[in-house]
Formats: sequence, C-alpha cells, structure tokens
Amino acid sequence: MTWFWEFVSDPANWSGPSGIPARLLEHLTYSGVSLLLAAAIALPLGLLIGHTGRGGIVALVAANAARALPTLGLLVLVILLIGYGVAPVLIPLVVLAIPPILVNTYAGLRGVDADLRDAARGMGLRGPQVLFRVSIPVALPLILLGLRLAAIQVVSTATVAAFVGLGGLGRFIVDGLATKQYPSTAGGAVLVALLALLVQGIFTVLQRVIVSPGVSGRVPVGKAG
Amino acid sequence: MITFEQVTKRYADGTVAVSDLSLEAPTGRITVFVGPSGCGKTTSLRMINRMIDASSGRILIDDRDVRGVDPAELRRGIGYVIQQAGLFPHRRVLDNIATVPYLLGWDKRRARDRAAELMELVGLDAGLASRYPFQLSGGQQQRVGVARALAADPPILLMDEPFSAVDPVVRASLQDELLRLQEELHKTIVFVTHDIDEAIKLGDSIAVLRVGGRLAQLASPAELLARPADDFVAGFLGRDRGIRSLSFVPARSVRLRPVTTVSLSADVDEARRTARDAGEDWLLAVGDDGTPRGWVSPLDLPRAGTLAETPLLAFGSYDRDADSLRAALDAALLSPTGHAVALDGDGAIAGVATQRALSEALAEAAALTAPPPRPVSPGLRPDASGAHRDGEHAGGVREAPPGSMGDGREASRG
Repeated sequence: MTWFWEFVSDPANWSGPSGIPARLLEHLTYSGVSLLLAAAIALPLGLLIGHTGRGGIVALVAANAARALPTLGLLVLVILLIGYGVAPVLIPLVVLAIPPILVNTYAGLRGVDADLRDAARGMGLRGPQVLFRVSIPVALPLILLGLRLAAIQVVSTATVAAFVGLGGLGRFIVDGLATKQYPSTAGGAVLVALLALLVQGIFTVLQRVIVSPGVSGRVPVGKAG
Repeated sequence: MITFEQVTKRYADGTVAVSDLSLEAPTGRITVFVGPSGCGKTTSLRMINRMIDASSGRILIDDRDVRGVDPAELRRGIGYVIQQAGLFPHRRVLDNIATVPYLLGWDKRRARDRAAELMELVGLDAGLASRYPFQLSGGQQQRVGVARALAADPPILLMDEPFSAVDPVVRASLQDELLRLQEELHKTIVFVTHDIDEAIKLGDSIAVLRVGGRLAQLASPAELLARPADDFVAGFLGRDRGIRSLSFVPARSVRLRPVTTVSLSADVDEARRTARDAGEDWLLAVGDDGTPRGWVSPLDLPRAGTLAETPLLAFGSYDRDADSLRAALDAALLSPTGHAVALDGDGAIAGVATQRALSEALAEAAALTAPPPRPVSPGLRPDASGAHRDGEHAGGVREAPPGSMGDGREASRG
C-alpha cells in the first residue's frame, strides 16, 4: 500500500505519454475494442445457436477449447506469425472474451422455458419476434453475466500488451519489474484491480437498469412494482 | 366451425399421434378433447393453429383450410391458453394481455384500454395491472392467460389443459368463470383436458380419444354418460356415471308434496299437537324467516321446552328451479326422513320431494337417457323389460327409447 501511495502521489506519474491517464486510456482502448469485437462475434452466434438449438455442441466444445489457450502463449504465437502491432494484442484478448459470452448467451436462451416460447409462438409471434421480444429479455441476466465475465477477464489480461512493447497499465508492471521500481509494479497492479472492480460495478448498475424487474424479481412478491 | 377431415399426424419415427380424425367443433360451442395421456388430444388441438402440421387430411376453419394461411397470421386470430399460462415474465400484466393487439399494430393506448377492459371481464382487480406475473397466484396467472387469449377478440379459443396446474378449489372457480364468459362471448372453444369431470362440466360436446389418436366417441355430456360407445369410453367415464348423468336432468320434474312446518319458537306440546292433527310422522322446523332448520320427530321430543332448545335432525334442500335431479337426490340422502326439501328461487319452502316422487323422476330420467337395448358387455347389460316398464310411467315423454340407465336402475325401483 505504501508503494501504491508512493506511486500515485508522484506527480511525474500523472502526465505525459507514460503517465497514468495516458496508460489508462490505452488500457481501456485495448479492452474496449477487444470486448466489442468478441461481443460482435459471440453474441449473434450464441443467440443463433441458442434460439435454433442447432450447432450448440460444436460451438460449446470450440469455446471451451479456446478457454484452455494461454493468452500469453497465443500472443507470442500471433506475433511470430504476423509481427508486432496492436492487432496481435487484440486477437488473444478477443479469443479470451468469446467463450464466456458465447457460453452464457447460449445457456441463457436454452434456459428460457419451452412453454413460454410455445405460448409466444401460439400468440402469433414470428421466430425473430420470439427471440427479441421474449427470449432475450428473459435470458438477459445470463447474457449480461457472460459480458461481465468477459470484460473483467479482458481488463485484467490486457496487461499482456506491455510484454510486447505496447502500452496500457501493464507497462507500469513490466517496467517496474525490469527496473526494480516496485512502487510502479504495485501501482499498476492495483490500478488494474480497481479497473476490474469498476467494470463489475458498471455491469451491476446496467443489470438493474435493463433487466426487467419481472425477471430479476427485484420487486416484492404481492406488491405492485 | 372447425372441421377435422381425416386428419392424421405421423412423426418421423413412425409414431402415430392422431389417426384419421374427423369431427366438427361447432361455432359458439365448447368442444372438449378428452382422453388418457398419449391419446393425441393436445396434438389435435395444436394442429388447429398450426403449432403442428398434420401429415394428411385437412383442418378447416369456416371452410378455409388452415394450411393455406400464414401460421403467424392464423395464430393472431385464434386465442391460445396453455397449462402454465405461459405469461411473459418480463412484462407487466397489462402488457401481457395486450400482446396480440400490439402484434396487430394497435396503438399503445387502445391496446392498453382493451387490456384493462379484459381484466375486468375475467375478474382481475385493476390494481394488478402493473404487477409482474411472478407476483400473482396461479389462479390469477391463469386468468391473465385467458384475458390475453381474448385480447384481440378472436372468434376461436384453444385451451390446452389450462386449469390442470391449479388447486381444485381455484380450478372449479376458473371453470365457472369460463362458463360465465362463454355465455357472454359465444366463442368457438376447443378445450383439452385429461379430466373427464372437467370435460362433462364444460363441454357442449365431448370427443373422447383413445391412445393412438383415434376418436372413440363424440357426444354431448348427457349422451356420453347415458350411452358410452364402448367399454373404453365407459371405463374412462368411471363407475358412477348413472348418478352423474342425473346432473343433466332438471329437478323441476320432481313432483312435490306439501310439508307440515312448525316454528322453532313453538314448544314441544304444540309440535306434538300439530303432528297429530296433520297425521304426520315428521315436521319441518322453520326459523322466523321461514327457512328450514331441521326435521322433528314428535315421538322423540323431550317432555318440555321449545323446539329451539331441542336438537333437530339434519335436512337436505335443493333449488327446485335451478338444481338437477342429482342435487335433489343428494338432498334426500342427507335427511334421515328420506325427504328432500325443495326451495324456490327466494329460498322459501316449495314443498318436499318424497322418495316415491324421486323414484318417479328417476324412472323418467332413465327413459330419457337410457341406451336402446343392444348387446353390450355383460357388466353393462341393461334390464330391458324392467326399464321399459319404468319408461311407461314417464308422462310427457314420447318416443323415448326404452331401456335402463345402469346404476340408476336400482334407485328407480326404490
């Protein structure tokens, strides 16, 4: 803690391209772009296989296999293949973020009561209407859980960018270790942890705002909501 | 009218769920599909709104083949109620009910006004409008399910075991409510249940299906109870169908005789005198408002005191105009005297039905409902000659097929 305090109270750490604000922005950019790319792939795929019930096993096996890949190892491999740059950093992060989103979106949709989907179809909702008006709102807690797990993992793991010479909060950790400036290492680690907690908090708020109280049960039984 | 023309549903694995089903569900009536599990009743229902498509044969709604209509369009014009209500958990009650109006593109205001109207119609408190389904009891959820099905005022209502997941008391009230609604709305309803009592209570006509989706019998409840087509139907109806068929015979036909009454405030000497003067073995004690309170046997009265201080014997009563012969018989069985007290619509005593009068009414009923003599299984063989004799007593009943009503036969000679 004293190291962390030493780190944040040093005005030199708050300005310039290697200051905390700049590194934080880099970190958030890597994380945000990776998460968006992962969501752009995993959400539609999860919705498709969850809604149709087809191809689920294949996608889940692939997702679990991807989980087993070590991010750092994958990063090195990608760099060996395509060289340095931002893209090689994003690829392992996207691969890291896809499984939790895919698996939870799929599980969320499969968990929607068959009677409920049956009733929706029986009312005259078409396939996509059943998906968007009934299944997704009901599966939303799990879909958000997947996004949250992915976001936290990506934010924590984006430190690897520093290992290949890029920015982000990982720089403080890597550089601190290399130059034996432990306040820097501790400061970077604590900042990453705080960022992960912040992500967690954002998703908690998001969950309250966009999940229907009828699904989350956030109104007392027997009282008007 | 919904018409099944030789409809068969065969699944890819060779299972036949429905086999060559032909029947009509008349407009404005409740047609019940009933049978054991695996009889294809739900499959048959779901083929009407194309949740399942038939393998062969046709289903017509007012002469239009359902296969020629886009399924989603078709379903928006047909109310659909399922067992667990299937309410959308993320939507408030009002928006659940307005589902189909929204789909049909009604503006929000009109859809919600309509939903509020329906809540009142199905007996839901307006205060529940903004609740979520999980905040409702099972019975309330089922009412919302019915309201939702009725929201766009479809002429047809399909109900798939809608009341089987609620407790018996709530179920009975939902059934009564459905009958009340139907009196008002005259929908063409197809109702699926495995509960024969529910089928008999609700159905204008009942289709009994056997395993493999074959129609065993299509008949009115009274007809079904009186003349089951075969042993399977008779077995499915249960043992006491003779007694149950009396539910469809009005008690109005029972001849009443006057009863000697005595006020509760009278003392025992007065009661004994009244009985002696009238030559009666039994007196009916009445309260100040003229309602019956119990039977009095003058021989068993204590030496002194008023009737209010003496224990009275139980009595059974029925509504002369509204109740069935079954209720009258039940009332007679509840009194040690064997007499049923008949009340008029205001609850005043109209007279009593003696066992003899009830026997005569039963004989008439037997003549009305009994099957024509024909060979059936030994256990069901009617005593044709005896029943025919009973039938001759039936005044005003012409061309009633002679025969007997099984269990009821014994009582008719009592």
